[in-house]
Amino acid sequence: MRRFTVWLLVIVIISLFAGFFDYPDFWNKGADTINQKFDRLDAWALSKPRIEKGYKALRIDRVAIPHMPVKPYSLGLDLQGGAHLAYEADLSQIPERERLEAMAGLRDVIERRVNLFGVAEPVVQTSEVGGRHRLLVELAGITDVNQAIRMIGETPYLEFKELKPEIAGMTAETTFMDFVPTGLTGQYLERSDLSFDPNSGKPVINLQFNEEGAKLFETLTEKNVGKPLAIFLDGLPMSWPIVQGKISGGQAVITGDFLVPEARQIVRNLNSGALPVPIKLVAQKNVEASIGAQALDQSVRAGALAFLVVAIFMIAWYRLPGLLAVIALLMYTALTLALFKLIPVTLTLAGIAGFVLSVGMAVDANILIFARMREEFRSGKSFAAAVREGGSRAWPSIRDSNITSLLTCVVLYFFTTSVVRGFALTLAIGVIVSMFTAIYTSRLLLQLFVGTRVERWGWLWYR
Amino acid sequence: MITITRYRSIYYTFSGLLVGASIVLLLVYGLKFGIDFTGGSLLEGRYEGGEIAKEEIQKAIEKAGAEDVSIQRTEGSIFIARFKDVDAAKYDAMKKELTALGASQTPSRAFTELSFESIGPSVGEELKKNTFYAILLVLLLIGGYVAYAFRKVSHPIRSWNYSAATLLTLFHDIIIPIGVFAFLGHYRGVEVNVPFVAAILTVLGYSVHDTIIVFDRIRENLMKMRGATFENVIDTSLRQTALRSLNTSLTVLLVLVAIYVAGGEGIRYFALTLLIGIGAGTYSSIFVASPLLYTSQQWIAGRKAKKGLT
Repeated sequence: MRRFTVWLLVIVIISLFAGFFDYPDFWNKGADTINQKFDRLDAWALSKPRIEKGYKALRIDRVAIPHMPVKPYSLGLDLQGGAHLAYEADLSQIPERERLEAMAGLRDVIERRVNLFGVAEPVVQTSEVGGRHRLLVELAGITDVNQAIRMIGETPYLEFKELKPEIAGMTAETTFMDFVPTGLTGQYLERSDLSFDPNSGKPVINLQFNEEGAKLFETLTEKNVGKPLAIFLDGLPMSWPIVQGKISGGQAVITGDFLVPEARQIVRNLNSGALPVPIKLVAQKNVEASIGAQALDQSVRAGALAFLVVAIFMIAWYRLPGLLAVIALLMYTALTLALFKLIPVTLTLAGIAGFVLSVGMAVDANILIFARMREEFRSGKSFAAAVREGGSRAWPSIRDSNITSLLTCVVLYFFTTSVVRGFALTLAIGVIVSMFTAIYTSRLLLQLFVGTRVERWGWLWYR
Repeated sequence: MITITRYRSIYYTFSGLLVGASIVLLLVYGLKFGIDFTGGSLLEGRYEGGEIAKEEIQKAIEKAGAEDVSIQRTEGSIFIARFKDVDAAKYDAMKKELTALGASQTPSRAFTELSFESIGPSVGEELKKNTFYAILLVLLLIGGYVAYAFRKVSHPIRSWNYSAATLLTLFHDIIIPIGVFAFLGHYRGVEVNVPFVAAILTVLGYSVHDTIIVFDRIRENLMKMRGATFENVIDTSLRQTALRSLNTSLTVLLVLVAIYVAGGEGIRYFALTLLIGIGAGTYSSIFVASPLLYTSQQWIAGRKAKKGLT
C-alpha cells in the first residue's frame, strides 16, 4: 500500500472518532445494542441444553464495546442563560507590590462564596486592563442574580470563636457547632504574614492585632489556655490552634502541620479578611435560559444550512474534486468540534458564528488548490504532476491569507471581552484546522485517484 | 481581452463615490452606539398573553427610580427598555413594579425578564479606546506582513507600495459597512455594539486574504513575464485569478447569507456587517487594489522623470 494511503486512513479514522465524540449518542446506542446481543449470545451458550451436550461457555460476555465518553459542550452565557458580573477593585490603599496578592486573595474569597450557589462550573477571574483591576464572575444557569450580587458584594468576614463554656476541650466529636463567637473579628486584625520556624523549617503564620484587638486577644487567650481558639472565615472553620498561654501585645503565631501553599492561602485569606478590597459592580449581563436555548437552536440551524449551501456549490462547480472537498470539509467539522469539546472552548453566539465562517473559509484553500491544479492540467501536465504542482503552488497564497486572518484573531482575542473573544478563538482554531485538512486531506484524497482509470474521465474533473 | 487597468478611472470613481458617501453619512449621522459603548442599562422583558402600553411600562420603570427611560417593542409581546445605569436596589424595585403592572391588568399578565444588561460608563469609554487601538494594530500588522511577504519584489515598485495599496483598499472595505450602519443607525435605529467591532476586524483580516491572492500572482508573473509592461502583468494576473478570487469569496458570502437568514436576532446584523465588508473586499481586491499598484508605479515614474528634468 502506498505510504500516503496509510496516512489517509489514519486521518479518516481519527475524524470518525472525532465525529462520534462530537455526538456520542449514536456510538453509545450502537454499542449498547451490540453489547446486548453479546450478552444474549453468551446466555445461550450457557443454557442448559448446550452444557449438557458438553459445550463450554463462549465467554463472549467478557467482550464489551466501551462507551464513548460523554462530554457536553461548554456553552457561553448567551447560549445557556446565566449572569456575567464585572467588578472593579479599588486598590488605591494597597501598595504597588502587594496588589497582585490582594487581587488573588479577593479572587479566592469570592470564588468560595460563589461555590455556595451550587452553580455548575462558576468562573471567577481577575483581569487587569490599563491599570484597572477587575474581577469577572460568570454564573451559568443561575436563577436569582440579585441574591448572588448581594452575597458577593459583602466583604469577607473573619472571626475568632471559642469553645462553649460547658465544653472542656476538643475531642474527636467536636464540631464547629460547639464554638461561639468571641467578638474578635477581622476588623481588629492589622496584619498577617508567613514566616518559617528557624528550628523545624515549617511555615508559621504570624498575626498582628491592633490596640483594641490586642486587648481582646489577651483576655481570650487568658480564658482559654489549653483550649482551642478557632478561626472562622465566612462561617467556615479554618484552623483551631490550642492556646498555650496568655498572649499580650497582640502578636500571635499559628503553628501546625501546614504545607507552604496551604499556609500562604491562609495568610492571604486572613489579610483579605482584614483588608477587604472594596469592589464595585461596574457591569452585568443576565440572560434567561430560554433565550439562550433559542439562540443556540438558531445558530445550529444556520450552521447546518451554511454547510449544505457550500456543499452544493462545491459539487456543482467543481464536480469530483468538489465532492472530495466536501468530504474533507466533513472531516474538518468533526475534528474542529471535537477540539472545541476537548480544550474546552466556551461557545458563544459569536463563537458559533466564527466557526460557521471558518467553514466557508476552509473551502477556500481547497478552491485554491483545485484552480491551480486545473491550470496545470490544462497547460499539458500529467494528472499526477498537476495534483502535486497544484498543492505546492497554491501553498504560499493559502499560508499568507490564513496568517493575516490569524493575526486579526490574535488582536481580537487580546483586546476585547469574553463574547468576542469566543469568536476570535473559534475562528483561529477553525483556520488552523482548516489549513491542516485542506493541505493534507484534500490532496491525499485526490492522490487516491492518481494512476487509476478515473483520472481519464475528463468530465468528472472539469467543466 | 479583459483589461481592467485601462478602465481604472471608472472603478476609482465608483469606489470614490461609495467611500465619499460613507464618510459623509458617518460625519452627519454618526454611528448609533449601543450600551456596550455608552454605558447604561437594557432590560428585555415579556408579558404573557399580550402587550401592555409602552407608557405604562415606562411609568413603572421610572417609579423604581430609573432615568432617561425609553421603551421599544420587538416581536410579539417582547419589549426592550433602555435607561441610565441603575444599581441593584433599583433593579430589584423595577422588577417588582413591572410584575405588579402585569398583575394589575385584566386578565393578569405574568412578567418574565428575558435579559438584563447594565454597563458602567467607565467600561464603555475603555471599550471605545480599546477598539480604536485594536483596529490600528491590525492595520499595522497587516501592512507590515504584506511588506515582509513581498520583500523580494522591488521592481518596478517597492514592497511597501504593496502595503500602501493593501491598506488603502482595506480602508475602503471598512468605511463602506460603517457608512451603511451610520445610515441604518439613523433611519432604523440599528445599534452598534461589540459584535460590530468584531465584524469589522474580521473584514480587515479576510479582505486582505483576497487581495493577497491577486498580489501573489502579480509577484509570480513579474518574475515569469520579464520584459512585459507592468500594466500587462497586472491584467494577466487579474485574468488568471479573478474567477478564483470570486469563487473563494462566494463560499464565504453564501455562508453569511445563511447566517443572516437562519440565525437569530443577535447575529443577524453581525452577519450583515460581514456581508457588506467582505463583498466590498472582493470587489476592491480586483478593481481597486491592483489598479492602485499601477497608479503608484506611474506616480513614482512621473516623479523620477521630473527629477530627471530639473
